[in-house]
Amino acid sequence: MTWGVIVFPGSNDDRDTRHVLADVMGAEVRMLWHKDTDLNGVDAVVLPGGFSYGDYLRAGAIARISPVMEEVARFANAGGPVLGICNGFQVLCEAGLLPGALIRNSGLRFVCRDEAIEVANTATAFTASCSGGEVLRIPVKHGCGCYVLEKNQLEELEGRGGVVFRYADTAPNGSVNNIAGVCNERGNVVGLMPHPEHAVDPALGMVDGRVLFESAAAWAVKGVAA
Amino acid sequence: MDFVARVYVTPKKAILDPQGKAVASSLQALGYDGVDDVRLGRYIELQLSGVTGSEAAGSRVDEMCRRLLANDVIEDYRFDIEEKLEEQGA
Repeated sequence: MTWGVIVFPGSNDDRDTRHVLADVMGAEVRMLWHKDTDLNGVDAVVLPGGFSYGDYLRAGAIARISPVMEEVARFANAGGPVLGICNGFQVLCEAGLLPGALIRNSGLRFVCRDEAIEVANTATAFTASCSGGEVLRIPVKHGCGCYVLEKNQLEELEGRGGVVFRYADTAPNGSVNNIAGVCNERGNVVGLMPHPEHAVDPALGMVDGRVLFESAAAWAVKGVAA
Repeated sequence: MDFVARVYVTPKKAILDPQGKAVASSLQALGYDGVDDVRLGRYIELQLSGVTGSEAAGSRVDEMCRRLLANDVIEDYRFDIEEKLEEQGA
């Protein structure tokens, strides 16, 4: 399958993502510039981590009005797999493709460490190859990763199984219900604060993130079958 | 007509405001008792030109708030609008 990795000004995990998809996993990758108005025929899209537009106004708020985001929204609404990692998650929330918002960590400190992440929903494009309750070791590194939404929306999200990942221990950022990642109703759009792309290349000592990218291929096959 | 719009964006009451909490405890540390709560927000000033009237300016600014300046998941906003009087050359 062919992956598209969106590059915003200020993205800084775009090439890490390209590296693991292309060099480690052997997939084809196309880098998509934020001004592109065409996704170039890719089968799945990653919005990478970083600090698009310097996090001005709110993290992700400026990036979400990039020309390429109209195409990402169209792709997502058509059921295409879209993964937002860290800043990419913030962009998807700002774009309204995922519910909720990410605010400053409750401890007001940038956190950078490995976390145990529990898979809470396996019916998504990026967890289809996981088993329920599986715990993945994946690093986090963010300053605005506290996931929030209003009580009634939180109940709705939990009720429909929209929480995809939870911090197995205490959330490092104050996220409500220990939420580390969520999905849309169809399960094709997933956002998470932890960085699975930093846990794929065995050279980095962790490989638990690989299953997220493998899931997308499995999801695509299932999509064709269904 | 030219207007100046002053937009105030604040975290919603129900939403955690870690920065406001830190400022509140810092004020307490400085000895200011009775600061019950601090909400830290953002102030945005917009210079508008070519608007037909204050009502049009208001609906334009409201739209800007909804589409970009505030995130209605976590923030409330309010604004006031003032017509800029032409400089009379003092």
